[in-house]
Amino acid sequence: MIPHLLTALIAVPALGAIAILFCPRQTPRFLRYFAMAVSLATFGLSLYLLPGSLGRAGFRLEETVSWIPSLGIRYHVGVDGISMWLVLLTTLTTPIALLASWESIQSRLKEYLFSFLLLESAMIGTFLALDLFLFYVFWELMLIPMYLIIGVWGGGRRIYAAVKFFLYTMAGSLLMLAAILYLTSQYDTVAGKASFDYLDLTRLLLPPDTQLWLYLAFALAFAIKVPMWPLHTWLPDAHVEAPTAGSVILAAVLLKMGTYGFLRFAIPLFPNAAHTLGPTIGGLAIAGIILGALVAWRQPDAKKLVAYSSVSHMGFVMLGLMAMTTAGAVGAVLQMLNHGVATGALFLLVGVVYDRRHTRLIEEYGGIAKIMPAYAAVFAVIMLASIGLPGTGGFVGELMILLGTFSAWRAFEMPRLFALLAGTGVILGAVYMLSLYRRMFFGPVRNEANRTLGDLVGREAICLAPLVALVFVMGLYPRPVIARIEQDARQTIEDVRAKQRLGRDLTEARLLEPGELSRTGESIDLEVPAPPGVPGGGQ
Amino acid sequence: MPGLNEISLRPGAPDQYWLLLPIVLLPALGALVNGLFGSRLKRDTIHTLACAMVFTSFALSVVAFLQLAALPHEARHLTYRAYEWFTVTLPAAFGSAQDYRIPIDVAFRLDPLAATMLLVVTGVGSLIHLYSTGYMAHDESPGRFFSYMNLFTFAMLVLVLGESLPVMFVGWEGVGLCSYLLIGFWFDKDENAKAGMKAFIVNRIGDLGFLVGIFLLALSLGVLSFPEMEQVAAHAPTQLTKPAFDLSFSLFGWDIAWRPAIATIAAICLFVGAAGKSAQLPLYVWLPDAMAGPTPVSALIHAATMVTAGVYMVARMHFLFVLTASGMAVVAVTGALTAVFAATIALTQNDIKKVLAYSTVSQLGYMFVAVGVGAHVTGVFHVVTHAFFKACLFLGAGSVIVAMHHRQDIREMGGLKALMPRTRWTFLAATLAIAGFPFTSGFFSKDAILWHALARDSGRYGILPPILLTLLLAGAALTAFYMFRLYFLVFGGESRADEDTLAHIKESPSSMTLPLVVLGALSIAAGLLNPEALHALGLNVPLTFEGWLAPGIEEGVPAVGIAEMRKPFELPLVGASSVIALAAMGFAWIWYRRGPSAEAERLAARVPGLYALVLDKWRIDELYEATIVRSLRWLARAGHEAIDKLLIDGIMVHGVAGAVNLTGRVVRLVQTGRVQVYAMAMALGTLGILYKLAVPSTDFEARVDGRSVTVNAAEGAGYEYRWDFDGDGRWDTQFGAERRAEHRYRKAGRHEVRLEVRNAFTRSVGEHEVVVRPGRRRR
Repeated sequence: MIPHLLTALIAVPALGAIAILFCPRQTPRFLRYFAMAVSLATFGLSLYLLPGSLGRAGFRLEETVSWIPSLGIRYHVGVDGISMWLVLLTTLTTPIALLASWESIQSRLKEYLFSFLLLESAMIGTFLALDLFLFYVFWELMLIPMYLIIGVWGGGRRIYAAVKFFLYTMAGSLLMLAAILYLTSQYDTVAGKASFDYLDLTRLLLPPDTQLWLYLAFALAFAIKVPMWPLHTWLPDAHVEAPTAGSVILAAVLLKMGTYGFLRFAIPLFPNAAHTLGPTIGGLAIAGIILGALVAWRQPDAKKLVAYSSVSHMGFVMLGLMAMTTAGAVGAVLQMLNHGVATGALFLLVGVVYDRRHTRLIEEYGGIAKIMPAYAAVFAVIMLASIGLPGTGGFVGELMILLGTFSAWRAFEMPRLFALLAGTGVILGAVYMLSLYRRMFFGPVRNEANRTLGDLVGREAICLAPLVALVFVMGLYPRPVIARIEQDARQTIEDVRAKQRLGRDLTEARLLEPGELSRTGESIDLEVPAPPGVPGGGQ
Repeated sequence: MPGLNEISLRPGAPDQYWLLLPIVLLPALGALVNGLFGSRLKRDTIHTLACAMVFTSFALSVVAFLQLAALPHEARHLTYRAYEWFTVTLPAAFGSAQDYRIPIDVAFRLDPLAATMLLVVTGVGSLIHLYSTGYMAHDESPGRFFSYMNLFTFAMLVLVLGESLPVMFVGWEGVGLCSYLLIGFWFDKDENAKAGMKAFIVNRIGDLGFLVGIFLLALSLGVLSFPEMEQVAAHAPTQLTKPAFDLSFSLFGWDIAWRPAIATIAAICLFVGAAGKSAQLPLYVWLPDAMAGPTPVSALIHAATMVTAGVYMVARMHFLFVLTASGMAVVAVTGALTAVFAATIALTQNDIKKVLAYSTVSQLGYMFVAVGVGAHVTGVFHVVTHAFFKACLFLGAGSVIVAMHHRQDIREMGGLKALMPRTRWTFLAATLAIAGFPFTSGFFSKDAILWHALARDSGRYGILPPILLTLLLAGAALTAFYMFRLYFLVFGGESRADEDTLAHIKESPSSMTLPLVVLGALSIAAGLLNPEALHALGLNVPLTFEGWLAPGIEEGVPAVGIAEMRKPFELPLVGASSVIALAAMGFAWIWYRRGPSAEAERLAARVPGLYALVLDKWRIDELYEATIVRSLRWLARAGHEAIDKLLIDGIMVHGVAGAVNLTGRVVRLVQTGRVQVYAMAMALGTLGILYKLAVPSTDFEARVDGRSVTVNAAEGAGYEYRWDFDGDGRWDTQFGAERRAEHRYRKAGRHEVRLEVRNAFTRSVGEHEVVVRPGRRRR
């Protein structure tokens, strides 16, 4: 076991980024290999998260260092069965993204690699942070490199897209900061000591109406990041303008920050507010699923289409979280990973033809399955994963989310109607993806410029191979992943339910006694013993 | 402490039936090899590999079948459990305090029903693979084709052998994928690609119903594997018979209450899936378009195997369907309507494959009537015979199409019987079977469906059985007629092809005709497996098929038993259906034996509107286009243009940005940078403050509470206050900095309160107000 593994995971890319600043600009080859080595080392380190991760819910490998004692701010990181997979997703996609931009990024290479490694460090930090102040620092730190990646190495309207991305995200996170400060002040009042620590703050029970405002502030920050409909319009712009590697990271990891934030912070900290607003947010998630898919269907730009498909897919994740059932939460986390893999790969694939033809317009292509058979085959596999065909990861995730929603009679008035409406997203997903595939790959070759396109080269194949493999692993043998997610997702949901009962009629903030949550077990909830057939409301 | 080695592969489990593994996986292996390396392999290697995989799978299936048959009735099931796929955790139910978990295993299970389908899939599949080596001999990507075909076989085997609904669903969507890939196999034509996409999407609509059905069952039964579900359904049927929801309301004084049982809703949901896969109303629209694929594909996927998966699934879930009379009625009625509806369209089509496609839709309707009235064995029997004769018809059509240089219009054919004798005889055999010519396989299986539709009546369907029977008889007449129209137009009369084509017409190679001969023979003879009609004639022939299948899925369910009072009708029904079939054949012979019929054209010209409508397939595609597709397009445009661009980006995002911008501009006007303006502003400000300091201002509020009044004066810098509470001119308090004061009145009534405020420059100002002290209430 490696000592201080979590800190190492955050520090290695950060130190790598700093080291790059001191390297000479004239050696681009060296810079590239160095950045790749750093990101691969980080990936190798992250594999050490796997051993010993099964069996017990809760955080492990915690590391704590006092930082600003007078305010109760500490450097506190930890990992559980949920965040470990997101860290692994981050460390896997970063080298892939670096490899994807191996040739396409030529200008300001040093700054580019610096931004990328810094971004990786910040992303890992965000997933590992267990101190709300630390979390906020990493959260904001992520923003800057991404802003630069879009704004400096992006396409034609990159400035517009970068500013939109920055302001959207910033607007949400400032409110979250205010909410964090208010929350800690409440904790100070009740507990008599200052703390930003997650484990302390989750012991604080707030009256429902206080929760509501704080939850709204958190939810806004996270919902923008997800992005939830109708806060999603920064995403298509950002994706279209970002370089391929930026899009990959954005889709694969950055969007997960929002849903992760809901699951880790917003819902456990404010369970009653989450319950009250659950149907509303769930409804917005469904609107996102359906409208995102429909709008994706009509896009002329392949990258924009994939971007809108993210809105639809992330709607599924949000719905699974709002269902507040174990199946829904596990499915949501699983779907975060699947979406990261599949959509990341989709952006890589769009990048492949963009590198050759410098256009993303679907109508410019057509019939290229004959010209690029390997590319077409990989695209087909990823497309099928994206629409959740059984045997690929997407199926298990969507099935669990829908089943979790279907049985969410505690969270929703009409859970089965919700599941049915969300289920139409499964159909619409097939509609837009298959129509994209048909227009790009099938039919006669209309554009002569496409006749000379080369098939996948080795570098591109290496980028895609691990993702294709993961698609099948997650679809055929997802159990090791699910087992680790479930132990913590289940604990989170049970704690949230218990806190909801305790906080329901609270008028003043108070602290939970140690062990109080486990004492208020499920049995209390049997006052509404919704039988499986007749949940609290028909359709 | 479980670690990474929690893999639950359980090879040592005693009851593992290993043989199922190669049966399923060999075709997958073939698909993988041909898919990855097909472009580098020689054509012969590809053919050999693909065929070897399916043939071996078939041979092993026969072994498995024999081993299964050797077991006693009640123990006829063999399982191979590979590993745990995933576990779903659902909230507490059944009054238990704990969440409950549904583990879903990757497991395959062989029972008589699955074994029957297994033999059909691998057997007919083998023949069609063999046929394809001839049919696709000149295609430019054989690796891709055979890879897809093997992949299809694999998916179909997963569907058939899957031990639980989710595993079955893997195969279910898998065959849909292969169907998509193979329909669009020649993808450089746009219409082929579109047809494939349409098939996939329509199937997905059905699959959503299937999924919702799975959810309902998961929630109400708590298990998803077939044997476990059957057990729970048998021992705790109330889990399925209680209402799924309660929709009660009052409309114009009528009290409407709809409380369908869970079983009903689940059954209908599953049937929606079946209707998608098996091309029933209203989801049949993809199947005719699917004829864009290579003809062996049409034979294998769109006739013999995949499209019958819906029937298989209903038979598999028999324990659910028998619990719900209305659910079964939905199945039967949909089937009967589809049977007639598709047959009418088949009457008018001129594309050889389109006729066969609509005929398939129609025959599938018959199968659904059978399983819908509870005659599962009969339904599956028709699946088997249909697999033989319809595969034979499609392969025969393929043989004709190759000979005709890929022309498919039957108006350009004719006179092929001399040129292609083997194709002609086998085609004739299959046509006789589908038309229900006495003692062919189709005769026995279709006649049994007619009989069961009438006889399976425990009184819970009212007048439904006779209606079903009438529809099916009409369908039978139409079938016999359009099939012989097809036969005569293709093989009879004089050739209508052009010289060049005619000169090149020759019989297909033996790789293609051998499967035809086998299937043709089976089309005639397979009926003897279950010749129920002979029983009506008093011949006591053993019903092998029923003896094989019925114990598992039909016996001992009184709700779907045969009504004794209908027994007398059995023999007349056999006679009637034979006469109808023969009459329709004769009618086709009169009109079409010499080629296109002038009488038929005259008839069509008499009802031009109706004829055009039927020829246009009742314009159902156009109806869907105008309603569903168009409204979705509209919604998509609204979502993008109106909501995203205008409302969200235009008003909210850019609106906020604009407001900030505007504020900036306004505020900027103040900051001109000219010292004079700043000095002026400063001077004005100072004056204002001075004025405020020099001239006092005042205001107060008074609150009466019982006898006393509390006054509270407005604040000011350096102010002092004094009060007069009774308006008598004498100040009741001295000047003081305290803004609040309280006074107690002795008398009730109106009082004037006066305030004087003095500021630091001893300038003062006054204010007064009237308050009322309420009097004591009189008793």
